[in-house]
Amino acid sequence: MQRSLEHKRAAQAQVPWAALRAQAHALKKDAIEHLGSLLAEFERNFIARGGTVIWARTADEAAERFIRICRDAGAESVVKGKSMLSEELELNERLRVAGIAAVETDLGEFIVQLAGQKPTHVIAPAAHLSRQDVGRIFERELKMPYCDDPQKLSLAARTLLRERYLKAGVGMTGVNFAIAESGTLVVVENEGNGGLSASVPPVHIAIMGIEKVIRRVADLDVFLPLLARAGTGQKITTYTHHFLGPEPGKRQYCIIVDAGRTNLLADPVLRESLYCIRCGACMNVCPVYRRVGGGAYGWVYPGPIGAVVTGAMLGTQEASDLPYASTLCGACKEECPVAIDLPRQLLYLRASAVESGAKGGALERSAIRRFAAAMSDAKAYQRAVSLLRTALAIGAALPIRFGALGRWMRARAIPKPARQSFREWWARRS
Amino acid sequence: MQAERGGMADVRAYRRGEQVAIFVPCFVDVFAPQAAIATVTLLERLGVHVSYPADQTCCGQPAHNAGFRPQARALADRFARTFAGFDWIVTMSGSCAAMARAGFAEAGASESAVAIGAKVFDLASFLIDAVGVTDVGARFPHAVTYHEGCHARRILESGDAPLRLLRAVRELTLVELPAAEECCGFGGGFSVEFDRISASMGEAKCANALATGAQYLVSGDSSCLLHLDGLVRQSGAALTTLHLAEVLAAT
Repeated sequence: MQRSLEHKRAAQAQVPWAALRAQAHALKKDAIEHLGSLLAEFERNFIARGGTVIWARTADEAAERFIRICRDAGAESVVKGKSMLSEELELNERLRVAGIAAVETDLGEFIVQLAGQKPTHVIAPAAHLSRQDVGRIFERELKMPYCDDPQKLSLAARTLLRERYLKAGVGMTGVNFAIAESGTLVVVENEGNGGLSASVPPVHIAIMGIEKVIRRVADLDVFLPLLARAGTGQKITTYTHHFLGPEPGKRQYCIIVDAGRTNLLADPVLRESLYCIRCGACMNVCPVYRRVGGGAYGWVYPGPIGAVVTGAMLGTQEASDLPYASTLCGACKEECPVAIDLPRQLLYLRASAVESGAKGGALERSAIRRFAAAMSDAKAYQRAVSLLRTALAIGAALPIRFGALGRWMRARAIPKPARQSFREWWARRS
Repeated sequence: MQAERGGMADVRAYRRGEQVAIFVPCFVDVFAPQAAIATVTLLERLGVHVSYPADQTCCGQPAHNAGFRPQARALADRFARTFAGFDWIVTMSGSCAAMARAGFAEAGASESAVAIGAKVFDLASFLIDAVGVTDVGARFPHAVTYHEGCHARRILESGDAPLRLLRAVRELTLVELPAAEECCGFGGGFSVEFDRISASMGEAKCANALATGAQYLVSGDSSCLLHLDGLVRQSGAALTTLHLAEVLAAT
């Protein structure tokens, strides 16, 4: 991890990093502030290139429209490039129910799909699996002899996938940038699978969240070097596709999805989370994510950005614990290539959770009230300090541990109050 | 790698005779008074007259970080009343300083609280940026490694201020801490609500400190030290935690 971070820092040092990310932040801000008009401009230009635009308010609606296109095309299988939105739509499962085979073609997604799991990182879906794990999954699912050589394993996946591209009636990709002025779609990737998914089958369906639109082609000068460096430490991704409309005799669709994004848009503080370009950098540096892994966040987006968007996108209070799973160390904010102030949003969400009653049970509320009262004047403070000394002395003597002190003491020695507080020292001194 | 220092580090110079108060965070008062005593000793040795407003309690960070903003605002306003009239406020916790400098505004505290909050500094930044002293005349004949708290590093943008102070200490061997920019895992309420993750982060920090071979793990942030000291004492590791002020006050 340390080495890959150094590698990334070196890649960042090749460009005016601070200036680029300030520019990217400003460009995203402009795009999100003018989302309505930019999306309309994109739609006009995409249609002018021969494509079809479909608007979907919800994940259900998007998946239904996707399946309808597949049925109309008579597709029995869909080859899929990497897309986190597809995870939001639970597209693979929905396609299966509709009798259509979904084939993940990104190697990480392919592995995760074979294993019957979910991605645990936005750009490295199989980050939680070792090459030995992958060897065992391939042995079990592809009936091939066990091996843990990454080269051989990827070759096996590649051989199998080549024929799936040829059979598929529909190819799906996500979208990294939808450009308003040109009506074109930009997809970056490293394996070539996105290009094949989009261009081999007779129908290409691109799915994108409403926040993916940017104003100009020239804005890519800012975003592409940032995205590659922040994501993988590359100077540029291996492939940068510009989809310019359907090839002759083929069809191209773009499904533009809300699925909870307008909840973020409506909130003056959380709106900034829509600037996210899904590079995964905030997860890579997050000490909590690195210990608990992506699965622990419970939905599609893990790490700091996941802790911010999950509750609002799903419109649920169930995720109100997520913003608390952070030390507010600020590494994510420092690393974010579009300079999203993630700690500010986490704190804001904590305040919202307390205000709405989703977080802060009776016990916690009374603890904070008592704390605030104890700190509200010097006498109350003194009383609280002597109470704390007594509590710690009892806590240290007790054989059983419970409550906050018990949790503190699972790995740490009990805090030892000094014989003389500073206040007492100062009083005696003067 | 040092982060670039931004707006937070632009500080005017301290002028002799200006009113300087120390803010001793509640947990320092009870658990680590030696850090506050060392701060007073050091500042007075440097000719800075220090006051301790006896009415002080807490900056409100525990309430703010838990999401209880009305309570945090009340404590911020109280802080402002206690420290009104001082030109500088120096504290032993980078995290509490960051609460005053950035958190007061974020919690929606009054304008006067935000203005007073802007006068709060961690010790290293105050010495380097305001007083303009690097060699404080200390002597500490030991090997030391330094942990900078995240809020001093990323909110106060303390840069290499603490390291410059340590490098100027006589007979002190400063050993670089690997993965220094990583959080130690304290995080206030986080340390009990997610105690296992917190401990795992802290144990990594301690392991990195131990690997340097240093006898002392020093920090400018008493909050981090409360957590790290608990871990070190529990594990029986051959490491002692110390606040930066204690090293700088040593002669």
